[in-house]
Amino acid sequence: MIQNLDQIFVLFQHWLVGFLPAAWRPMGAIFLSVLAIVSIFPALFALTTVFERKGLGRIQNRIGPNRVGPFGLLQPVADGIKSLTKEDIVPTSADGVVHFLAPIVQVLAVFMGFAVLPMGRNMVLTDMDAGLLFYFSMGASTELSVFMAGWSSRNKYSLLGAMRAVAQMISYEVTLLLSAVPVVMIAGSLSLTKIVAAQNSYSHGLPHWYIFTPWGLAGFVLYAIATTAESNRSPFDLPEGESELVAGYHTEYSGFKFALFFLGEYLAMFSISGMGATLFFGGWAAPFPFLEWIPSWIWFFSKLMLSIFVFIWLRGTLPRLRQDQLMNFAWKFILPLCLLNLLVTALWRYLGEGWERWVFCSLILAVAYVLMGRGGMRGMHVGPRRYRYAE
Amino acid sequence: MLGEGILKGMAETARNFFGSFVFAERLTTVQYPEERIAPFEAARVFPFLVYDGADWAAGLRCVSCQICEKECPPKCIFIEKSKDKKPDALGKQQFYPTRFDIDISVCMSCQICVEVCPFDAIKMNTVFELATTDRFGGLLLDRQQLAHSNEYYHQIHPTEATSVDEIRAVEKAKADAKAKAAVEAASKAAEAKAKAAEQGAQS
Repeated sequence: MIQNLDQIFVLFQHWLVGFLPAAWRPMGAIFLSVLAIVSIFPALFALTTVFERKGLGRIQNRIGPNRVGPFGLLQPVADGIKSLTKEDIVPTSADGVVHFLAPIVQVLAVFMGFAVLPMGRNMVLTDMDAGLLFYFSMGASTELSVFMAGWSSRNKYSLLGAMRAVAQMISYEVTLLLSAVPVVMIAGSLSLTKIVAAQNSYSHGLPHWYIFTPWGLAGFVLYAIATTAESNRSPFDLPEGESELVAGYHTEYSGFKFALFFLGEYLAMFSISGMGATLFFGGWAAPFPFLEWIPSWIWFFSKLMLSIFVFIWLRGTLPRLRQDQLMNFAWKFILPLCLLNLLVTALWRYLGEGWERWVFCSLILAVAYVLMGRGGMRGMHVGPRRYRYAE
Repeated sequence: MLGEGILKGMAETARNFFGSFVFAERLTTVQYPEERIAPFEAARVFPFLVYDGADWAAGLRCVSCQICEKECPPKCIFIEKSKDKKPDALGKQQFYPTRFDIDISVCMSCQICVEVCPFDAIKMNTVFELATTDRFGGLLLDRQQLAHSNEYYHQIHPTEATSVDEIRAVEKAKADAKAKAAVEAASKAAEAKAKAAEQGAQS
């Protein structure tokens, strides 16, 4: 029974595919999986928008949307209808084709990333050998769509937003990849199912998740920072910067194209959160052996939603960075720590089992963190910025 | 600079997040159409015309002096003066407005009409739910729509209305005294005249 519940989607898929002639079955199975991904994640997006608005409201001691449906849960339906019925305005001087393609490219590239994410036991669309690589290459191609949008709009705010976005995404793409490399070094595989399998064991009732190692913790923190920047979330939401750039690269988008951008942004957040869970939190594995009876997909999605909650929490807490702070942070702080983390991971691998590796690795990382945190700020002017022309 | 500030900030927002579910005093939102707070006494939205007594048309304090029409910065007031006169509250013969329109789509709620009115005839209303489906006719308020009783004025601006009433009572008393004096003087004069006529007749 428990086994069946865990595999309920897989069994359902097999049952449905059973109606097809044998030659069409592989095709049918893939089609069904794609359909599931394409329908579940937008539904999750709809729920997240309303929960984000309610959560942010609570953080600011407001109630949040509660007018449409019970507790405002039908708000996304209203928003969807609104964005579908709105006029789709394309600026006369815009490059029509590119302007039209940009949101589609964004959503497409993001959906591609879901193809390799293991969302439960045996629940992965394509178990690629180089899944991690595929995932990050797809994630990197969203930058293209952002620049397409900004460039084709022929609007100064759009272009500024797009330039910021590209600068930011390229800077943080490097650290995103480098913070994921230690996992590959220890798991010895680029396949995401193998990475999950490597973490899915217990000793003394505790899981072997990579977050519970010094390099894993450091890697996760770096990964979390890089993902926040990658998905253009506050405090790294400079490409949108609604108080500075109207709406950044999607200033000139209206109606459903804007909704697609919005969708793409949230889907990117889901997929990158799922990736974080896969790399550092054991993917669909249960945290304790006695909780293994809960279906694996529930664990995956609860880890995903937990990280979405942290994203929202961060958005409610932190103000936006300045462009120079963003760049300094990426290249002078995050990147060196990422490189150091690679060395520490190698040390961890070659020190072998025993308490020494815990002490040495933790010590190196902690000392580096404190020294770089304190030293990096030395000679830096902290506080309100002064403008010569304003004095 | 080790990220303690971020943690502190996140603890604060978490406190807000969970606190708003637990403590009612954290959630100050008034859910407007269902719940509402009484308007503040000093609130002002658009002007209205004050009338005394029961009949709005007879009791309008406005004497159509047209000062407000001339002073109105966006020129949203339109007044048509009457041909005939009728006595006002002080018993003086005055004109009255046959038309008094305020286009509230133009009005900017500056209260200048109220400041300049020498007859305390125009005051600021506190009604703000004036949305209408007809943006031309629906927002052009005529004499009848603008007229509200003095009691209503007391209801929305109690202190202001009381002081206005006091001033008007003093003026009324003065006017009455003057009228009385005039009547007395007239009767005295008539007496004197009569006496003089008598004396003239005797001599």
